[in-house]
Amino acid sequence: MKPLDPIVDLDARSFGRLSKAALANDSLRGALDHVTTEFADRREKALSSAPDWEVWREQARAVKAHTLASLDTYLAQFIERAESNGIQVHIARDREEACKLVGKILQQAQASTVVKSKSMVTEEIGLNEHLLALGLEPVETDLGEWIIQLAGEKPSHIIAPAIHRTRQDIGDLFHTELGVPETHDVEELTAIARRFLRTRFAEAEVGVSGVNFLVAETGSFLVLENEGNARLCTSLPKVHVAVTGIEKVIPRLGDLDVFLRLLPRSGTGQAMTTYQTLFSGPKTDPDSEGPEAIHLVLLDNGRSAQLSTPLEREALACIRCGACLNVCPVYKQVGGHAYGSVYPGPIGAVITPALAGQESAGNLPHASSLCGACRDVCPVKINLPELLLDLREKGDEADRGETWGFTGWSWVASRPRLNSLLGQILTRTLRLTQSSGFVGKCTSKLIGALVPPLRTWQAERVLPPMPTRSFRQLWKAGLDSEEPPA
Amino acid sequence: MDTITPQIGVATVELLRRAGCTVNFDPRQTCCGQPAFNSGHRAEACQVARGVLDSLGSGSDPIVVPSGSCAAMLQRLPSLFEEGEDHERARSVATRTRELSQFLVQDLEVTDLGARWPGKVTWHDACHTLRELDVHSEPRQLLSEVRDLEQIEAIGCDTCCGFGGTFAVKHADVSVAMADWKIRHIEKAGVKAVVSSDISCLLQLGGRLREMGSEVQALHLAEVLNTR
Repeated sequence: MKPLDPIVDLDARSFGRLSKAALANDSLRGALDHVTTEFADRREKALSSAPDWEVWREQARAVKAHTLASLDTYLAQFIERAESNGIQVHIARDREEACKLVGKILQQAQASTVVKSKSMVTEEIGLNEHLLALGLEPVETDLGEWIIQLAGEKPSHIIAPAIHRTRQDIGDLFHTELGVPETHDVEELTAIARRFLRTRFAEAEVGVSGVNFLVAETGSFLVLENEGNARLCTSLPKVHVAVTGIEKVIPRLGDLDVFLRLLPRSGTGQAMTTYQTLFSGPKTDPDSEGPEAIHLVLLDNGRSAQLSTPLEREALACIRCGACLNVCPVYKQVGGHAYGSVYPGPIGAVITPALAGQESAGNLPHASSLCGACRDVCPVKINLPELLLDLREKGDEADRGETWGFTGWSWVASRPRLNSLLGQILTRTLRLTQSSGFVGKCTSKLIGALVPPLRTWQAERVLPPMPTRSFRQLWKAGLDSEEPPA
Repeated sequence: MDTITPQIGVATVELLRRAGCTVNFDPRQTCCGQPAFNSGHRAEACQVARGVLDSLGSGSDPIVVPSGSCAAMLQRLPSLFEEGEDHERARSVATRTRELSQFLVQDLEVTDLGARWPGKVTWHDACHTLRELDVHSEPRQLLSEVRDLEQIEAIGCDTCCGFGGTFAVKHADVSVAMADWKIRHIEKAGVKAVVSSDISCLLQLGGRLREMGSEVQALHLAEVLNTR
């Protein structure tokens, strides 16, 4: 069975369509502006007490670059040691294989209820949809994930999946979906979630989690969280299934040091997350606590293809902190769902084409003003604007009209006289459009039809009054004389 | 700058002369190629940028650019022309290129140009000026010397205005929403003008301010510094 497409609504035009819908949603925009600013402020505050921030970033970048350059070696080492720890390691080439693998493990464990802690990779592969199709019941236990599961939505932020929902929304959702009395009080809402989820933890035969870091040296893996739900998911059920991407491996346990400083500060502005759990194998003594079996599914899904060039490889260094989303002025306006991918924002625009293909995701790299704020905050110094530019260059053929436009423009702009002449014609025509009455209207229509980008530009922006002479004309007409100004 | 806002060019020339410079302008130059380059059309960008190499690629004088993103593009040219004579010319252009405020403050060590501009203004950190050229304090120092001018730091002064080259027309509604977010904070700051040294940001912010009928002006740094 093919898993349902986890990419909600993605095609060559989806960003345009979805962003328009997002811009019309005032409640969404209010929530986004508030929460992204809050996250960014907390990060700034956390950094103010981390004078060695830049050193840590350099160090983390170096560890990632080194590991990704020899990923096969470190993965092999990790797998060998994890297996000797008793962890059952599986490798999945793509989403379909990963879903099938997890489905099979759950069926073997005779599971009917599965509790899940937050995992972007399971969102990437569409695991919940696959499990539902198999007649299993996946229950998200991270508060944000649970909210969007109730709402039938996909996450709109890498670390804050329900960022697009206000507490009013959530109160209404709980009331309709769970039949609880209506409340918009955060504490009461959290208590409701806790009550509903607690019974599910006890029922579940299997717990599914993601992974933050795989440690090659020890064959163990680390999960970070704040709510304690991941600990419950991975300790109460008899079987623990962890799903993650192959790029998450780091060489040594000691390397965790720098990443544990960077990740929580970048993501939520915390010095450390509430819980940090290192898994080193299933229980060996029947009387001790913890799962009897640990399965780890390592997913490729387009990642190994990104290893080929140093520039593309950079994207695999991402530690999924979400900082680039919080500072992205595009994300701040439209939110995650506009990207049509479970990975939104600048990093999503870079990795989604690798996962979903250029054909459907090729327009995402254009959903950015290339302002560079993301590069400034990235804890592992991924040069996101450069990666977006690279993808724009590779995806060119798709947009014929634009290619023709730039061919014509470059032909003109490399001929100074012609360029200057056409510039003059343009400003004169624009001056006419700025005159009132019939002439203005007619020339506006005419120039809009001849130069469509100008029509789009002018639809909601007013050009300054057009000058009568260009700079080069003014230069020739006397500005070139060396007389000092009065 | 040449066709739509020549007054910024004139102000820049006058300002540089006031600071004691001899100003040359080669009319063979057109565009740095950035619009094509940022949209992923490298070949077309190179074709246009070669004109820059022809007009500015030799000599030893500094190249002063009154627009941050154009200056950043000129500094990037060596990566577009990877070999031979073009690469050498591109390197020459890149090392000599300075954004206006950078040139005045860092090279000429001038901050007071005798300007007077009564009222409150806020500086807009254009993305390329701030993040590619690392220019942050220079324009603020220049503005702080202007008589009767009061500088306010608006919230989000270093947030993108939404221009982004072809982004402004490809995703015009998002681009406009970004500009409006900035303008809300600029208006809250109670200023008479938002000042920048990037011409495209000024077209974008000015375009929205005019559309809204706002009293806030979008001005170029050279225009403010050249007012007496």
